[in-house]
Amino acid sequence: MTNLKRRTFIQAAGAAAALGTLGFPSLVLGAARRVVVVGGGVGGCTVAKYLRKLDPKIAVTLIESKPAYTSCFMSNEVLSGERTLQSLTFGYDGLRGYGIDVLQDTVVGIDPETRQVQTAGGRAFGYDACVVSPGVGFKWDAIEGYDEQIANQSIPHAWYAGPQTQLLRNQIKAMPEGGHVIIVAPPNPFKCPPGPYERASQIAMYCKHHKPKAKITILDAKDAFSKQGLYIEGWTKLYGYGTDNSMIQWVSAAAGGAVEALDPSTRTLSGLVEDFQGDVVNIIPPQKAGAIAFGADLVDGDWCPVDKRTFESSRHKGIYVLGDASSAATMPKSAYAANSQAKVAAAAIVAGFQGKTPDDPTFVNTCYSVVGEDFGISVAAVYRLNAETNTIESIPGSGGVSPANASPEIRKREVSYAHSWFKNVINDMME
Amino acid sequence: MENMKSHKTIHRSLRNLLVAMLAVLPAAVSAGPSGQAMSFTCAGCHGTDGSSVGPSMPAIAGMDPEVFVDAMKAYREDERNASIMNRIAKAYSDEQLKEMGWFFASQRLRLFPQPYDPVLAEQGARLHDEYCEKCHEKGGRPGDAGTLAGQWMPYLHYSMEDFLDGKRKWPRKMKRKVDAAIEEAGDKAIPALVNYYGSQQ
Repeated sequence: MTNLKRRTFIQAAGAAAALGTLGFPSLVLGAARRVVVVGGGVGGCTVAKYLRKLDPKIAVTLIESKPAYTSCFMSNEVLSGERTLQSLTFGYDGLRGYGIDVLQDTVVGIDPETRQVQTAGGRAFGYDACVVSPGVGFKWDAIEGYDEQIANQSIPHAWYAGPQTQLLRNQIKAMPEGGHVIIVAPPNPFKCPPGPYERASQIAMYCKHHKPKAKITILDAKDAFSKQGLYIEGWTKLYGYGTDNSMIQWVSAAAGGAVEALDPSTRTLSGLVEDFQGDVVNIIPPQKAGAIAFGADLVDGDWCPVDKRTFESSRHKGIYVLGDASSAATMPKSAYAANSQAKVAAAAIVAGFQGKTPDDPTFVNTCYSVVGEDFGISVAAVYRLNAETNTIESIPGSGGVSPANASPEIRKREVSYAHSWFKNVINDMME
Repeated sequence: MENMKSHKTIHRSLRNLLVAMLAVLPAAVSAGPSGQAMSFTCAGCHGTDGSSVGPSMPAIAGMDPEVFVDAMKAYREDERNASIMNRIAKAYSDEQLKEMGWFFASQRLRLFPQPYDPVLAEQGARLHDEYCEKCHEKGGRPGDAGTLAGQWMPYLHYSMEDFLDGKRKWPRKMKRKVDAAIEEAGDKAIPALVNYYGSQQ
């Protein structure tokens, strides 16, 4: 607490002194506004950057437990060997360049009454607004026999990019020629809806060249999936989908794809109808908001309800929840969505500090998937607020997925645009 | 001729000043998102404030506002070959496109280095001076004929492919000039021009 008071005093005094010399007498009396951002992913980084961009007088502290950010989007390309994990990893110095205080620590509590954030490192930070962008957590009890330790050691989820992504890559490289990879896809809603299917595609892209007899089975908890028609078009063209020799099989829930239990010693999955055994097994568990969202009482069920105009929590004033953890249907849980929501929240926070009503929000989601060599596909949507129902709706007549049976030239361009999209999202969040 | 050109330049500076002033004025009291808020949503593909970090999505910062609006309308009406912009453009009214055009026109274009072939770039510089400079002034710097200088090269390639394949409508006089450049330099004409623009960093 002493630290907190001292820190706040120094910040306030520094800001007051700086402003004093610039001659804003009315502001000298008040301390600089403080925003604490919890989580250094797409939502957290973007909101921090845009707060400073919109109002450089705001003091922004971003607290993240890891020393660097590793992007999940594009991490399926690590599985095919198209890129390294390092190419997805970025430090926070870009944000520091915007005058953001980036601290490596873990937030353990947020008190909406006293407006303070507590960390595992024993520090406390007062705030005028707090932004929570913790990403997803996993429902470890959903599949019997699967837990966090097994995920780290032998049967990765790799749904956060990092050591588990590398583990999965190594396992695929080391499996026998005619090896069998099983991907267990989660029920809705989950982070990156097209992700499990891009993952199967990227593994197939690797196997096509290096282990052409390998098979990839997706065991799905659903009967339909994102960009399904386009994936099937790509799989048919590239990996023999629909033939007896198809490299990729998709087993829908209705066809017995829902998995109930795992025997980790034999890598056997029990479905409702039959069992499946793989040389490499990747389980993407069902999801919920990240831990701090539960710790800070921001959830209703699995996710965090928010005012869709501002992304302020419906449960606690002064706390904003962004990205995967928020309940923001019909927007998907994607990097671009988090980035877009963060800019709406930043503008709303700034407007609030100035005593103004925030403008109507506008959101975009764009998501690319690379199905194989020269075969990229995308989905895009532009969203608006329906204030009466507090829902986000897609603007009629706009958006949608890449056209079916597009020319090879367009499919090839979308691969190039996918890589550009990756670089520009990273740029907009932290460079 | 000289007089006309300088008159045009002054006219354009005045207009850009006006554009910049409009872009920083607070949005009028109205329903709907601000031009800035709409423009912010483009950054995930076109970079913060429209300065794309590449390698293929075009930079739109500092873009002429009329070129922006015309391009977006063409995408919206499916009159321009698109992979994704047509789907996005359909969400915006004429007025909203204008507001976004103003926003991007008032942003400083940041260019980033990209690899290019210096021999082709030199050939392209000569072709540019001969066939393109009249409309794409100052080596293709941002203006009322778009932004070519420093633009991402894959995007320039795609654009030229679309023109030559009849998938994008030629602006007035452009086809004749491109044909003449191809007649002079053959298959190397387009790569040379693209490398020249890409070399301006």
